[in-house]
Amino acid sequence: MQNDTIAILEEMARKLRVSIVKTLHKSQSGHTGGSLSAIDMVTALYFHKMRHNPADPGWEGRDRFILSKGHAAPAQYVALAESGYFPKEDLMMLRRLGSHLQGHPDSKVTPGVEVCTGSLGQGLSMANGIALGLRLDSSSSRVYTIMGDGELQEGQVWEAAMAAAHYRLDNLCALVDANMLQIDGEVAKVMNVAPIADKFRAFGWHALEIDGHNMAAIIAALDKAENLKGKPTLIVATTVKGKGVSIFENKAAYHGVTPNDSELKEALVSLGCCEKTGCF
Amino acid sequence: MSNMKATRDAYGDVLAELGAENKDIVVLDADLSGSTKTAVFRKQFPERFFNMGIAEANMVGTAAGLAAAGKIPFLSTFAIFAAGRAWEQIRQSVAYPKANVKIVPTHGGITVGEDGGSHQSVEDIAIMRAIPNMTVMVPADAVETRLAIRAAAAYKGPVYIRLGRNKVPAVFDDSYHFEIGKGTEVVSGIDMTFVTTGLMTAQAVNAAELLRQEGISARVVHISTIKPLDYDIIVKAASETGAIVTAEEHSIIGGLGGAVAECLAERHPTPVKRVGINDRFGTSGKAEELMKYFGLTPEDLAEAAREVMTRK
Repeated sequence: MQNDTIAILEEMARKLRVSIVKTLHKSQSGHTGGSLSAIDMVTALYFHKMRHNPADPGWEGRDRFILSKGHAAPAQYVALAESGYFPKEDLMMLRRLGSHLQGHPDSKVTPGVEVCTGSLGQGLSMANGIALGLRLDSSSSRVYTIMGDGELQEGQVWEAAMAAAHYRLDNLCALVDANMLQIDGEVAKVMNVAPIADKFRAFGWHALEIDGHNMAAIIAALDKAENLKGKPTLIVATTVKGKGVSIFENKAAYHGVTPNDSELKEALVSLGCCEKTGCF
Repeated sequence: MSNMKATRDAYGDVLAELGAENKDIVVLDADLSGSTKTAVFRKQFPERFFNMGIAEANMVGTAAGLAAAGKIPFLSTFAIFAAGRAWEQIRQSVAYPKANVKIVPTHGGITVGEDGGSHQSVEDIAIMRAIPNMTVMVPADAVETRLAIRAAAAYKGPVYIRLGRNKVPAVFDDSYHFEIGKGTEVVSGIDMTFVTTGLMTAQAVNAAELLRQEGISARVVHISTIKPLDYDIIVKAASETGAIVTAEEHSIIGGLGGAVAECLAERHPTPVKRVGINDRFGTSGKAEELMKYFGLTPEDLAEAAREVMTRK
C-alpha cells in the first residue's frame, strides 16, 4: 500500500467527519458517536475498496454495501454525497419531512442505498441473501456490511452467522464497529458480546481483528478478506465512539445526541478546521 | 372425493412449474419443505433452493437480500412461524423497502389439527394486513392457489399468501378468472351475503344450500385478496342484500371480518355478523372436530345468517 494512498484516505475520513458533524448540527437529530466510529471503515470502502458507480447506482457489477447499524446513516450519507450519488447540499435536509435522507437508510428513496436498515440485527441476513443471489449469477461482486458490537446482541445476527458459514459465502465480508458503547452504557456491562472474533470463528468464519481507525490496517484487512476463500470473513474493528472529536469520544451519552452550536465549533477545531481552511 | 386437494399441494406443483419457466425464482424454507411442499421445487432446482434451518427471522432477511439481488424469492414455513415469529423482519426487511418477496406459509388456521394451539395461526391475516405495502391473499382451493401463486410471481412487491394443510373441496373450475384485489360472487342471492375467504367459502356454499331449503336466498362472495380489499363487491352485496356474514378460519379480530366491518362502517353501514375464531387460541383435535368446536360449519353459518337477517 502506497503511503500517499493512505494519507489521501485519512484526509478523506477527516473531511467526512467534518461533514457528519455539520450535518448532525443542522438536523439536530441523529446519531453522532456511532457515525464517527464507523467513518474510517466507510471511507476505506467507498473511496478505495468497493467497485461502484455513483452515476449508475444500480450498475450490476457493483460491490454491495449494507449499513446494518443503520443509525450511523450520516456516515453512509456523507460518503454517498462525497462520491456524487446526490448533491452535498442534500445533507442539510437529513431527517426533514420529504427528504430523501431518512433517519435510517431507506433504499426506496436514497440512491446508493441497497436495502432498508435501522431495526438492528437484520443487515447480515440481507447481506447473505445478496451474496447468495450474486453467486447464482456467477457475479464477482462482493458484499460488505457494517454491524455494531451492541447489535450483536440481536439473536438474528447469529442465525445469519450460521447461515453465511453454512453456505460458504466467501463473497461476503462483515465488519463490526466495536466501539464498546451502546445507549445504556458499556456493551460489556449491558450484555457482554465478547469475545466476538472467537464466537464467529466457532460459527465457521474467518475473523480478523484490527484497529478500526488505522486506515492501513483497514485496507489490509479488506484485501485479506477478499483472498480468504471457502468462508465468510468478519473484521472486528476496535473503535472509539465519537472518534475524532474529543468532546464526544467514548461517551455513551453522545449515542443519539447531536452537537449544539458551541459543540459544533469545538468539534470543527478538533477536526483541524480553522478560519484559514475555510471549513467552518 | 376426486376434487379434493390441499392448497399446499397445488403450491408445490405450481412453484416447480414457475421454477422451470423463470430462473429468477428462488425458494427458501425453514426445515419444513416436506410439509410446505417446497420440496417439489427443491428436488428439481436444488441450486435455487435454500434451506435456512429453523431460523425464520434470518430466512426473511435472506429472502429480502435475494430480492435486492434481482431474484424472486418465495419463502415458506407454517403461518405462525412466518407471520408470527418473523413479523418485524417482514415489516422492516420486506415490506418497508417494498422488496419483491413472496411469503407463502402453509398450515394456516385451526385445521392444522392435532398439533394444537401453538401451531394454529389465527392472527396472521390481521398482523400481515396491518403492514403497509403488503398484499394478503387466502385462496379457497387448489385451482385458485395455482392462479394466486402465478399472479404473485408476476406482481412486483411483497405478497403474503396463506395456505392450508388439509384437502379442501374445489370451489372453482378451470374457467375461473383470478385477479389480485378482486372478489368473486360464487353463489347469487338476494336476502343476505356470506363474505368469505379460504376454506370457509366452500362452507358458505353449503350454508347457502341449507338456507335455500328454508326459502332464504343467500349470496356467497369469495374474497381471496383481503388486502387490498375489493370494496365495490362488498358494498354492492350490502346494498343489494342488506345483511352480511363474514367467515374465516382466523380470529374475528382484524382479519376478513374486521376488514369488511371497516369497509361497511365507512361506506354502507349494514348489519354484520363475523364468524371466525372468537378471540381464542386453537386446541388439539381432528380438523373436522375443530371446525365444529369453533363454530365454522355450514350449520353455524346458516344460524349466523338467520341472526343477522333479524337486524336488517
